[in-house]
Amino acid sequence: MAKADVTSRAALPTKPKPSKDELAHFYREMLLIRRFEEKAGQLYGMGLIGGFCHLYIGQEAVVVGMQSAIGEGDQVITAYRDHGHMLACGMDPAGVMAELTGRSGGYSRGKGGSMHMFSREKNFFGGHGIVGAQVPLGTGLAFANQYKGNDRVCLTYFGDGAANQGQVYESFNMAELWKLPVVYVIENNQYAMGTSVQRASAETQLHKRGSSFNIPGHEIDGMDVLAVRDAGDFAVKWCREGKGPIILEMKTYRYRGHSMSDPAKYRTREEVDQVREKHDPIDHACQLLLDNKFATEESLKELDKEIRAIVNHAAEFAQTSPEPNPSELWTDIVH
Amino acid sequence: MSTEILMPALSPTMEEGKLAKWHVKAGDRISSGDVIAEIETDKATMEVEAVDEGVVSQLLVAEGTEGVKVNAPIAILQGDDEPQAKVPNGAPPLAPQAQAPKPQAIKPPVVPREPELAPDTQMHAITVREALREAMAEEMRRDPTVFLMGEEVGQYQGAYKISQGLLDEFGPKRVIDTPITEQGFAGLGVGAAFGGLRPIIEFMTWNFAMQAIDQIINSAGKTLYMSGGQMGCPIVFRGPNGAASRVGAQHSQSYGAWYAAVPGLKVVAPYFAADAKGLLKAAIRDPNPVIFLENEMCYGRSFDVPKDIDHTVPIGKARVIREGSDVTIVSYSITVGMIMQAADILAKEGIAAELIDLRSLRPLDTQTVVKSVKKTNRIVIAEEGWPVCGIASEIATQVIEQAFDYLDAPPARVTGKDVPMPYAANLEKLALPTVDEIVAAVKSVCYRS
Repeated sequence: MAKADVTSRAALPTKPKPSKDELAHFYREMLLIRRFEEKAGQLYGMGLIGGFCHLYIGQEAVVVGMQSAIGEGDQVITAYRDHGHMLACGMDPAGVMAELTGRSGGYSRGKGGSMHMFSREKNFFGGHGIVGAQVPLGTGLAFANQYKGNDRVCLTYFGDGAANQGQVYESFNMAELWKLPVVYVIENNQYAMGTSVQRASAETQLHKRGSSFNIPGHEIDGMDVLAVRDAGDFAVKWCREGKGPIILEMKTYRYRGHSMSDPAKYRTREEVDQVREKHDPIDHACQLLLDNKFATEESLKELDKEIRAIVNHAAEFAQTSPEPNPSELWTDIVH
Repeated sequence: MSTEILMPALSPTMEEGKLAKWHVKAGDRISSGDVIAEIETDKATMEVEAVDEGVVSQLLVAEGTEGVKVNAPIAILQGDDEPQAKVPNGAPPLAPQAQAPKPQAIKPPVVPREPELAPDTQMHAITVREALREAMAEEMRRDPTVFLMGEEVGQYQGAYKISQGLLDEFGPKRVIDTPITEQGFAGLGVGAAFGGLRPIIEFMTWNFAMQAIDQIINSAGKTLYMSGGQMGCPIVFRGPNGAASRVGAQHSQSYGAWYAAVPGLKVVAPYFAADAKGLLKAAIRDPNPVIFLENEMCYGRSFDVPKDIDHTVPIGKARVIREGSDVTIVSYSITVGMIMQAADILAKEGIAAELIDLRSLRPLDTQTVVKSVKKTNRIVIAEEGWPVCGIASEIATQVIEQAFDYLDAPPARVTGKDVPMPYAANLEKLALPTVDEIVAAVKSVCYRS
């Protein structure tokens, strides 16, 4: 009963259908992320990107839908599967790609890499490599908003794997205790590296994980950008009104391995294909555009060309931008 | 029979306290559990309950008496198994100074003034505890983005009274009691610093900060570098470090070497109150994460501190606290007090020691140490931390690398022993460095027996 109460006070309303511009924007943003990630995968295969590289392919609707819910001055923070979040925040694809190749034109001047990128200008606060560590950080950003007395909100993303880290619950407790304006977005892509949610979580319905802190939570179809948008709008408003934190569990799926070196033996090819064919977020948006006559086959082809040009330019910049000057080794350690 | 009621020890480090109030008077019958007095320690005011039953026949220490030693008799209790001693009616109340010996005023040790201090700088003697509190209060008055967060910093007035009074002055928005959740509030503080605030995060002791060390190192310490200079983290993590007294292995650890090893952090560990205040103010103003290592045993010690509220001490500068020609003794934090005692003993034996208080552990001011060694040709490093990969090891290496040809003897170290801290009083003493060990090490590098 108590659990039902926690969330029933935050029941999700239904929203009107999207406008042409809105839907076209979602489609474009998701496509940009998809093409960008495909290119990153390719550059990794060519040895141009090193180390760990976690692709976001399949999960695009989550960041694109959530981003539409926030505005100027709101913050975003996530873990290391972060390329999509950066593009959704409006960061320059060339600067992101150049960071992946470790070049001086990258957002961290080549010193952060795939997992550690930031943009003060776009209010993107990383890009963090330790599973779950971004959750107290995002809670702290929300604390700063409240302290300053503004109505800004911090979107704090984490995965189903991080949902089992203790510091997530330390954060939940303080966030609700102090009514901090933070939306916890759990990107449940079903696998923490190779371990399925069922094998790792006593309670697999992760949106319920806030109930013992009185934080409402909702399960959202994270493959449907409109469902994400609706939930995002509601959650952000909830925070802006001073009601404290809220949890959105996005049921989503990553098509690629955990990182580039993951053979993904823990799931079948059929399982992946099933999602790709039946629940792809970009196909879904594409169909909506066509059904509503918001776009034609030709206009979509044109858009695809445009996106590919942006991504190709990013890839070229990422290869031609010089490596950081050796003197960079010793800069930015302390102010 | 009559028994003496003794001044109780109310904390691990308490040696004396103030008898703030009597709740009983001569002639009162008491039974176990009755509150008989209030005693003020350096940490808190506590009620003392009776253990035995009987009649209070005499109060030995007057209300308001300060500096009453632990285990000193404070009252006499007449047991029920004998006739009550006659209690004079209307006995005159005790005057505070009449009974207990007046506590000896602790004279601040003579320490050479900071060379950069103007000769007419006004000074006053305050405790390290007060110095830390003043530093925080002054900086919070100066900058509204500074706030204090930690366990028991607000309503409880600080587990060690460092934050006493701050809640009253600054309110709950800026003096924030947290749940017991070190990793959570350390990370929350780092996020708040990213968000434009200047948090002071108090750990009740640094032992508990191991729960939070990922946030301190990976989030606070590395993000500036990983972001190509975009994401500074102006935050102070502070609290008592090192052994207190009889609190065992998990509560008695010295973290200087741990944090000093990490590029991206600054680490300070002052001894004197002036440095505690000046460095804490500098740390709060610093745009980087600063690890501020205090020492519980030193909180109550008094030293001269400049009255000027703009006085800060630069991070990364050691200080020669006593000049000498025969040997350099280097230390930081509580063991600075020991090398000063050792130097007095050595002086009587004709050995003039030059004493250096590192004050900061990162950046480490090796220049001041090396310069001194080039003059004295001998060095002893004393610290409470463990010997393996410690601050003393680092200083020794730096001296060997930079002044090998000047050395007339191998560098010597006096450190905490390479064991977890034992509980037994005698073993704990053995585990910690001592003045005698420092004297012996100096004699050994001077080839004197």
